[in-house]
Amino acid sequence: MIFEKVAEMLADYKGIDVSTIAPESTFQDLELDSLDVADLVMQIEDALGVNIELDPSVTNMDALVKRIEEAKNA
Amino acid sequence: MRILGTGSALPGLTVDNERLMEFLDTSDEWIRTRTGICSRQIMTDETLLQLAVRASEAALESAGLSAADIDYVLGSTVLADTITPSLACALQGALGVAGAALDINGACAGFVYALDVADAYLSSGKAKKMLVVCAESMSRIADWTDRATCVLFGDGAGAVVVGAGEGFLCSHLTSEGNAAPLNMYPNPGNSPFATVRQPATSLYMDGPEIYKFAVQHSVDDLRLVIEKAGLSPDGIDHYLLHQANRRIVEAVRVRFKQPEEKFPTNIEVRGNTSSASIPILLDELNRAGRLRAGELIAMSAFGAGLTTAACVLRWTGV
Repeated sequence: MIFEKVAEMLADYKGIDVSTIAPESTFQDLELDSLDVADLVMQIEDALGVNIELDPSVTNMDALVKRIEEAKNA
Repeated sequence: MRILGTGSALPGLTVDNERLMEFLDTSDEWIRTRTGICSRQIMTDETLLQLAVRASEAALESAGLSAADIDYVLGSTVLADTITPSLACALQGALGVAGAALDINGACAGFVYALDVADAYLSSGKAKKMLVVCAESMSRIADWTDRATCVLFGDGAGAVVVGAGEGFLCSHLTSEGNAAPLNMYPNPGNSPFATVRQPATSLYMDGPEIYKFAVQHSVDDLRLVIEKAGLSPDGIDHYLLHQANRRIVEAVRVRFKQPEEKFPTNIEVRGNTSSASIPILLDELNRAGRLRAGELIAMSAFGAGLTTAACVLRWTGV
């Protein structure tokens, strides 16, 4: 559920086809730089009402989704 | 408080991204897409005082006043030509102002913080005509071997002359004491008694963290001051944001659902000039005839501290 939501937001943000985004897609694959990731995280925070710390070790969609789930359960 | 005149001054050398590629592992494409910056002005043989004097003289002329009319010089800078005397003192001496002189260090939020200080002084009657000057030599504090930071900054000075009036509608200032994401340490000295010495450093910045902080705070601060002023976002004519990164300006604009014309930028050709960025932009808009009397301007700035400052002012015509 969270992955689908984030993929949809990312597809909209980058203007790309949502079907090209997989859980193992890295930010590099998706051509997201660190400011893109920060922007995406802010949109997720607004949409899901959570607070997510930026972490350079989060480098792909799967890790981002796990971080969001942790924030929701906190 | 109301703004009576604007001025700005830039160093003579323009450094474009290609020039930086001569000694940095970077590219014009990377700098442009990440920040929006194509070129910036960098000090060579100028002193910061010279830039501040030029900006001040331009602001005084714009206001139809002279140094003799000023009774308070308020400077904003992270690092002047001297740690002491202050930039404001040096400027007071150079211009021949008879009055008090004080520097504030509000980092990149310095201009809006300074306007708020000026408003308090003018409202209380402690000053009648103030010269507010933001002058920054970012090239002196950046690490020119660090491609992540030195490409971001430019040098320059922006000034306004302010007097009593009803132009400054409201402000909102914040501070979150946190040195970790944005800092710089001075020469620790050579005291034989010091048991701890923090080595001197160049300016350090955690880009993504500051980006997130800046966008979130700018949106919140602007909403707050616009509401405090009894206005709506659509009712603001010009949004002047600190020119730190074009993507921050764009991110805030999108969240406010406003057209690009309301969010002017000059970071493309100035870089990030810290507290000088908004007054330089204001002067450029004023001289281009883009500001009309009665129009509403919202300003938002954010910087090391971490500090943020936002205000709404009515342009009363210069």
